[in-house]
Order: sequence, then C-alpha cells, then structure tokens
Amino acid sequence: MVELTLPKNSRMTVGKTWPKPAGAKNVRAFKIYRYDPDAGANPRVDTYFVDMDSCGPMVLDALIKIKNEIDPTLTFRRSCREGICGSCAMNIDGINTLACIYGMDEIKGDVKIYPLPHMPVVKDLIPDLTHFYAQHASIMPWLETKTNKPAAEWRQSIDDRKKLDGLYECVMCACCSTSCPSYWWNSDRYLGPAALLHAYRWIIDSRDEATGARLDELEDPFKLYRCHTIMNCTQTCPKGLNPAKAIAEIKKMMVERTM
Amino acid sequence: MNFKTDYKAVAGLGSAKGGTGHFISQRLTAIALVPLGILFVFTFVRALGEGHDAVLAIYRHPFNALIAIGFFIVMFRHLRLGLQVVIEDYVHNERSRMLMLITNALIWRGFAVAGAFAVAKIALTV
Repeated sequence: MVELTLPKNSRMTVGKTWPKPAGAKNVRAFKIYRYDPDAGANPRVDTYFVDMDSCGPMVLDALIKIKNEIDPTLTFRRSCREGICGSCAMNIDGINTLACIYGMDEIKGDVKIYPLPHMPVVKDLIPDLTHFYAQHASIMPWLETKTNKPAAEWRQSIDDRKKLDGLYECVMCACCSTSCPSYWWNSDRYLGPAALLHAYRWIIDSRDEATGARLDELEDPFKLYRCHTIMNCTQTCPKGLNPAKAIAEIKKMMVERTM
Repeated sequence: MNFKTDYKAVAGLGSAKGGTGHFISQRLTAIALVPLGILFVFTFVRALGEGHDAVLAIYRHPFNALIAIGFFIVMFRHLRLGLQVVIEDYVHNERSRMLMLITNALIWRGFAVAGAFAVAKIALTV
C-alpha cells in the first residue's frame, strides 16, 4: 500500500538520551529506533554513547555493548556474528545490511539504526518476517523430481553446479526485499527479490524437473512482473548477490517459452 | 481476528498465468517508438507554423500519413501499457483501481482510433 506519510501510531518521537560513559575519550553517538508494543506509546529514537576504545569494529559489537552495559531492554536479533545467519539485518546509516559485517568505520557522524523498512515491527529492531518466510515457502525451495530416485545422489556436472553460484549464498536476511519500493507497495502479491532469487536458483538447477511448473507459478503480473528493475536489491545485498539479475533471467525464460 | 495461515495469504488466488504478453508488448512498442517518434517529430516540425494547405499537403503524402498513423497507434498502446502498471502499483482501493484500469484500457484506444482516423481522412481526401 502506498503511504506517503506514516500512520499515526508509527510517527517517530524523540526518545531518551542516555548518559555518556564516564572517563571515555573516544565516544560515538548511536541513534537507535525503539518501539515497545506493551508500552502503547509511539516509536522513539534513543541516543546512546559508546566508548569506541573498548568496542569491537562492527555495528553489532556496539549494539551488544549497549545491551550489556547501558540498556538491557534494547532488543535485536543476532546469532552467528559473521554474516551467515542473516539474523541481524537492519537499516544502518540509511542502507539495509547485516550489523555483524558492517564496519563502523564506513559510517560518518552518528550511527543511525532502524529496523528493516516498511515491515511490521515486533519490538525495537525486530521486524515481523512471517509473510516474507511464507513467500519463500511458496516458491517450493527444494528439489522437485519425477524420475525415480537414483541409488546414490542426483548427479550434476561442474558447469551446471557453477550456475548456482551467486544464488545459493543467499541467507534470507530480507535486506533486498525490504529495500524494494515495489515490495513496499505490493508485498501482499509481489514475491520480492529474495523469494524470486530463490525461485531462480531452483529453476536453473540442472537436477530439478519442475522447471515448467515453477515458471507457471511465477507467471503473474504481480508475483513476478512488479519488478521494475529499480535495483535497490542488488545495491543493498550484504552478501554481494544480484537478485535483480536473477529476476531478469526469469523474465527472459518467460519470453523464451512464449516466442 | 482471522485464523488464515501465512501461507494462505501468500497463495492468494494463485498465478494469473499472464503478464508476459504485457511485458513483451511494452518492450516491442518501446523499440518501435524510436524510429516512429523521430520520424513523426520530423514531419510534425516541418508542418509547424505552415498554413492550412501546406499542412494538408504534408499529411497527404502517404509516407508521412503512415508514420503519423503508426505513431498514434503504437504510442497510445505504449502509454496504455505503462499507465496500467502505474495504476496497479499505486492504486489499492479495489473500486477506484478497477475503474481506473477500465478507463485506461478504453480511453487510449479511443485516442489512437481518433488520431488515425484524422490523418487517414486528410490522406485519403482528394
């Protein structure tokens, strides 16, 4: 749904400014989005000050330091701290990325941290991703075959395996989909770059026998064709993948089987 | 409170099994508009500021008339396909959406027919 202004209960307010750490020389300000569903108040932006001399280099290091030493109520997802689980996806300094692999040296001035854009917020930096995950499930992210199962594994040539490079690495962090204006306006029907990249990963898998059925499912003005090659997905992907290209390849296959 | 599952919401009404025709048509009309647009502007600029008889003479020439008719048909088709996407993207109220999509589907076809008829009338009047 197109919304040029935030709904009343989503309008930002100025939050609390926490005290600076005593005796610290190298202090950096963090402006972090806070929302508590139980408080019944509008979201606010709290300001924290972190002693950078005793903090790791990544944004996630600072978030963990704030939670441990300043404000234990600050809520965010994190797990692997090395860019492989996709849990700590958030909007940092204006771009969607993973807090654990985004260095604070890349940010000028205050560090501004918000949850992924245009998603319902569960609490603080945690967006509700249930719809996003259901969209992923809808593209059948598994090997579909009709031929009898081979005695050992389904075999694949080295060249065919190479086609999956740049696709299988996706960690489903949702940075791309939530950076896409088309996904903001029409995520109820548009699958979004992440689900479509996964769809393409199975469409071009040489072992998969449901290629036609997969294309049938995607051939829809909304599921696929809401992509207008805005390319925010590719620009923001913290893993350096190219969902826009994957979507373009699906569209090419659609044309190929028509003409 | 509804008890629909997330998967049910995503599945919706299923795939429309369409959209590729629209995609191809939008690109083909875009390609066709490159020469047609340039040639149409070229003849149109020649007619600018000329008297009534001179303009009629320009569009009586079969080549100029064909370019103008082709331009109207292709341009209005391209416009219709493009605006359809804009409406689908941004208008979410079901009633106004349908109304705008139907209007969009009809009005530009009318414009194309009117434009083509006007030029044909000039070209074919002796």
